[in-house]
Amino acid sequence: MDEPEIKAAVKTYILNEYLPGEDPAALTDTTELMTTGILDSIAVLKVVTFLESHFGITLEPHEAVVENLNTLSAIARLVMSKKA
Amino acid sequence: MTTRALHQLLDLSASRFPDKAAIEESEGDSIRYGELARLSDRVRDRLRQMGVEPGDRVGICLRKSADAVASLFGIMKAGAAYVPVDPTAPASRNAFIFRNCAVKSIIVEAQLADGLHQEFSPVCFAPESIVLDGVGAGVPLTHSLDQLDVVSPAPSTPSAVPDPARLAYILYTSGSTGQPKGVMLSHSNAACFIDWCSSVFQPNEHDRFSSHAPFHFDLSILDIYVSIKHGATLVIVEEQLGKEPARLAAWIAEKKLTVWYSAPSILSLMAQVGRLKDYDYSSLRVVLFAGEVFPIKYLKLLKLLWPHPRYFNLYGPTETNVCTFYEVPQVIPDCQTEPVPIGKACAYCEPLVVDEAGTEILPAAEGELCIAGPSVLEGYWNLPENTAKAFLPGRDNRWYRTGDIVVELPDGNYKFLGRRDRMIKKRGYRIELGEIEAALYRHPAIKEAAAVALPDDNGVSVKAFASTRNGARLSTIELKAFCAENLPLYMVPDLFCCVESLPKTSTDKVDYQKLKAMK
Repeated sequence: MDEPEIKAAVKTYILNEYLPGEDPAALTDTTELMTTGILDSIAVLKVVTFLESHFGITLEPHEAVVENLNTLSAIARLVMSKKA
Repeated sequence: MTTRALHQLLDLSASRFPDKAAIEESEGDSIRYGELARLSDRVRDRLRQMGVEPGDRVGICLRKSADAVASLFGIMKAGAAYVPVDPTAPASRNAFIFRNCAVKSIIVEAQLADGLHQEFSPVCFAPESIVLDGVGAGVPLTHSLDQLDVVSPAPSTPSAVPDPARLAYILYTSGSTGQPKGVMLSHSNAACFIDWCSSVFQPNEHDRFSSHAPFHFDLSILDIYVSIKHGATLVIVEEQLGKEPARLAAWIAEKKLTVWYSAPSILSLMAQVGRLKDYDYSSLRVVLFAGEVFPIKYLKLLKLLWPHPRYFNLYGPTETNVCTFYEVPQVIPDCQTEPVPIGKACAYCEPLVVDEAGTEILPAAEGELCIAGPSVLEGYWNLPENTAKAFLPGRDNRWYRTGDIVVELPDGNYKFLGRRDRMIKKRGYRIELGEIEAALYRHPAIKEAAAVALPDDNGVSVKAFASTRNGARLSTIELKAFCAENLPLYMVPDLFCCVESLPKTSTDKVDYQKLKAMK
């Protein structure tokens, strides 16, 4: 699975779970997810659970941080690095 | 020992334990009691030099740190009340708070100072500031004071004479009309609670207290003052760490905390995803929670994973501090599906349950809990009408109306049933839905807005409804970003729903029940 596919899968998940009815084009690779309240702390945990189950990876506590999860791009980079 | 003024607690512990760590920060930096007391003396002297007098207010806009603790003690030593704000909240909200109570000075981090001063300039309000390059172990505060001393030395002055009736701090809480309101609390308001904690939790100088709650949140009163009164170590949970249950769970074990105090939400999350079985929590002896209902299934789970500490549910609005408490039994019966009760009144409080007319009701009937006693607030800053409405009319005693509907159980414990107004508790934060609506109304395209709280697995989520002037759909992402610019993040609604118009009742008021039922 390459980076665009990872982004697409995470984007679909976030749109369905946290932004129902939103225009998909409004959620870009650089939209800030944690610092603008799109994902609160509980939503972030659910995204982490989704990443672990969907991509078959395990995230360590120090990896589930704002630098790695604040945008779709950052999430895709994180998942790629875990799968490498 | 009876506490008279909060700032004396630090000096007393500094004389008993000068070389003991008073504050330890998340990364391990610490400051000793002797150093912390001296640093707070320097803050006092600098504030005096800047013209701060007993009875004034001084704002604090700092991340939690030794620097912040030294600052609030320094402010009280100068005889002033400290006004802490959320450094992560929008500058406009913090500037409103500082203007509202006319702070004489502000102690602020450089990265936050510009935003604040931009908000001040249009209204000719420019309190003098002590600006810190950052925070950490008191170093940036010391540096700022050194620099100010070069320009104009601040002579040493004695601390303010303890006056139990003087304001110690003002905590701003969400206001239903859209602006936060300041709860004024005196030294004696806090002191009776702190002394009660001493007798119930038996702290000593070997304890290591968590500081999870931010300093603008009233849970911090127990953390800071009970810990310092007993010469214990206050271990600061850095803001981001405090939201990440997996990392936090490991950190609590590593730091060998003995007393934990927080809202239930982070405890629920740690029970679920913290891998608590993997760590050693043998030091932990007391777990305190307050601020919202603890879902019973997660409390049971937590007690399975952390079986040995004593657990207490502490209840009370900012206006009364903690006023009832309940010790959770060692074993919660499997059949218990209801949350634990809020318990019985603390020794310094008198409870009364009244009906809508304010008349005392029979035991075992539902009614609003009112509280009288020395912990009850002085009033709301500059809001005499709100202050008057907060108390039961026509009585000698000042009975504060909590707005919480309760019932007294046969065993004498109170059970929390709900609210009589539109205030909610989410992740321990107190939120007036009206403040969220007022923020949405500031959006140029929004014609009507309403917010409701819906129960979910972790407590409640907030859903906002909006209709627009031109009928266009608004982007949820844009609305969330707009709210984040005007409200603290915890108040940003979880869900948005665009509607043609809001449903109304027969009296043309927003029909919140219908909104709650909308899919």
